[in-house]
Amino acid sequence: MLNAAGEPQNIVVLGGSSDIGVAIARRLTAPSTTSIVLACRRPQDAPIDGLRRPGLIVDAVPFDAVRVDQHAAFVDSLATSLGDIDVVVLAFGQLGEQSHFDDDPVAAADLVAVNFAGAVSVLLAVARVMRRQGHGRIVVLSSVAGERVRPANMVYGSTKAGLDGFAQALGDSLVSSGVSVLVVRPGFVHSAMTQGMEAAPFATTPDAVADATAKALRAGRRIVWVPGVLRYVFMVLRHLPAPLWRRLPLG
Amino acid sequence: MSPDYASEVLRGWGRSTMSSAHVATVSDRDLIDHVKVADERGVLVRGLGRSYGDAAQNGGGRVLRLASSSSDVRLDESAGTVTAGAGVSLDDLLRVIVPRGFFVPVTPGTRFVTVGGAVAADIHGKNHHLEGSFGNHVRRFSLVLADGSVLECSRKQNPDAFWTTIGGMGLTGVIRDATFGLIGIETSRCRVDTVRCDDFDELIEHMSTGDDDVRYSVAWVDLLSSGSHFGRGVLWRGDHARRDDLPVADRANALEYGPRQVLSVPPVIPGSGVVNALSSAVFNEAWFRKEPRRREGSIKSIPAYFHPLDAVGSWNRLHGRHGFVQYQFVVPFGRESELRRIVEVIVASRLATPLVVLKRFGAGNDAPLSFPMPGWTLTVDLPAGADTLASLTRTLDEIVLEAGGRHYLAKDALLGPAALRAGYPRLAEWQNVRRRLDPQQTFRSDLARRLGLLE
Repeated sequence: MLNAAGEPQNIVVLGGSSDIGVAIARRLTAPSTTSIVLACRRPQDAPIDGLRRPGLIVDAVPFDAVRVDQHAAFVDSLATSLGDIDVVVLAFGQLGEQSHFDDDPVAAADLVAVNFAGAVSVLLAVARVMRRQGHGRIVVLSSVAGERVRPANMVYGSTKAGLDGFAQALGDSLVSSGVSVLVVRPGFVHSAMTQGMEAAPFATTPDAVADATAKALRAGRRIVWVPGVLRYVFMVLRHLPAPLWRRLPLG
Repeated sequence: MSPDYASEVLRGWGRSTMSSAHVATVSDRDLIDHVKVADERGVLVRGLGRSYGDAAQNGGGRVLRLASSSSDVRLDESAGTVTAGAGVSLDDLLRVIVPRGFFVPVTPGTRFVTVGGAVAADIHGKNHHLEGSFGNHVRRFSLVLADGSVLECSRKQNPDAFWTTIGGMGLTGVIRDATFGLIGIETSRCRVDTVRCDDFDELIEHMSTGDDDVRYSVAWVDLLSSGSHFGRGVLWRGDHARRDDLPVADRANALEYGPRQVLSVPPVIPGSGVVNALSSAVFNEAWFRKEPRRREGSIKSIPAYFHPLDAVGSWNRLHGRHGFVQYQFVVPFGRESELRRIVEVIVASRLATPLVVLKRFGAGNDAPLSFPMPGWTLTVDLPAGADTLASLTRTLDEIVLEAGGRHYLAKDALLGPAALRAGYPRLAEWQNVRRRLDPQQTFRSDLARRLGLLE
């Protein structure tokens, strides 16, 4: 159970090797937190050491976003081992290389299977368990890339657009179930996923995303932009005429 | 789920905890059937929802409200006892018993609690220093167990179940009805003496001497003033007025009782609430100044003396969208320096809100999870939306537990399992009896999940 200060007893990160996901888990960890589960494809690579402290059990468990047939059983097993699940952070997602996709449509479809189909499947499984327990918080890592999809990363951007829309509607469907969904829309984040790339304007860090997420959770918000100014930037960008939009140097 | 149940988001009175449950109002006749069909999310009875935290929530499970009416009240005037259905509120009860010359043995600061809740939380009031908590006055009750059987409990009959259920937060079974002793009264008015104390030491000194001569005693402390006014407060002491205390004109209707709600807080309040540092400081100054330095023998009605906040419906909404927590602890006598230290930490946090209450407890009772113990109990509302809330209360928790004190589960919304164990050394004993009464963990609550009570 979350306490009155919004502190969770346990946290599950789907995409447990994600810098942002781990930063959020670290930020949400309170003295009353007893369990963190990092779920990812290669548990041996999950950064469990960075989260350890006395009284807290940090586990890395195998989870594959594309194995949608296993998602329901996976989430049920989490509920069995943790008791109630307080917070789930959906942080997995691949960026891919757009130029590569132009010649390899199958690779593009594979990325969609992870970022969108896998996310939809596991989020539905999580929602089912949380609805049954009558409480819980779901944090979904979206991206400004989905707000208006650019040709330069149209596969990644469109998966985030789909995920963002799905997550918002999932939140609406959970109204009065005791469960809520927070959609997090960061801009460019300096992380392992973006290593070597040129930073876009208003670039941010995993810790800044984690701080904003924690604050938005406490405030009961449904959507949070990181940094906050991007909300207004994209209010404008979303409505730019296409010829102008295409010419913007957005990286 | 049968059609009797509707999904409902339930919150504590502090509005800072919430979960959704399947809720039904059930009659006494159907109660046993509803208990027997509980699934793995369990079942819990909710009274009037005055627990400040998650004690009356059961996320994903069943929550039962007991249908009741004042016809469930059976007063035995010669014995000075009453038998009432668990769902009967003290409000209903007082309307029946006060005109006939009786008062409840213990009342909290609100009359909107049920008899079942009074037993389950083992509530206390302004007379604790002399007369103990509600459980001290309970003669017997009947308890519906998880398997549908009904257990008659008293000090003689099933004493383990009796004491485990008192203060047991509804986790042993469903209290169906209870019989308890009453206080005989000549009038429906109280005679109140007021002393204004200019600082904390004066207040403690005043309370430490003379409390034992008066039935009701409680102090209000100003936790917003520092410096020379640090811990100033107002001490109210009183008892039920005798007939002779009333003006001659009032003596004919000495037992007249008609509590009224004066106003109600609308459901729409600005998100951050209207209780803030400025409004609180203004309130406190006015509250302190309105009391004379010393006044003896003023006559107040039962609602004005015992239940002043009940005059304002839904006052809990004043704290805004994030709600609040009511932090209440007790530290033993002899630990006044820790008490003072706690007050200093709260003053320094600048988070306190106006209604801070200090009270001396007398002896505790035999219930393993009963809150009161001989010592000082302080109650303060803190805004749940404040970023520093959790770190403040953890600092306070450490001082409280280090001093051998503990926290009141009917108020708590922040503790973890370790703090609970430290404050309630008889927890294992309680758990053993509870396990025997309900081996399948049919009775569950969010409080139990958060604190690991059932483990």
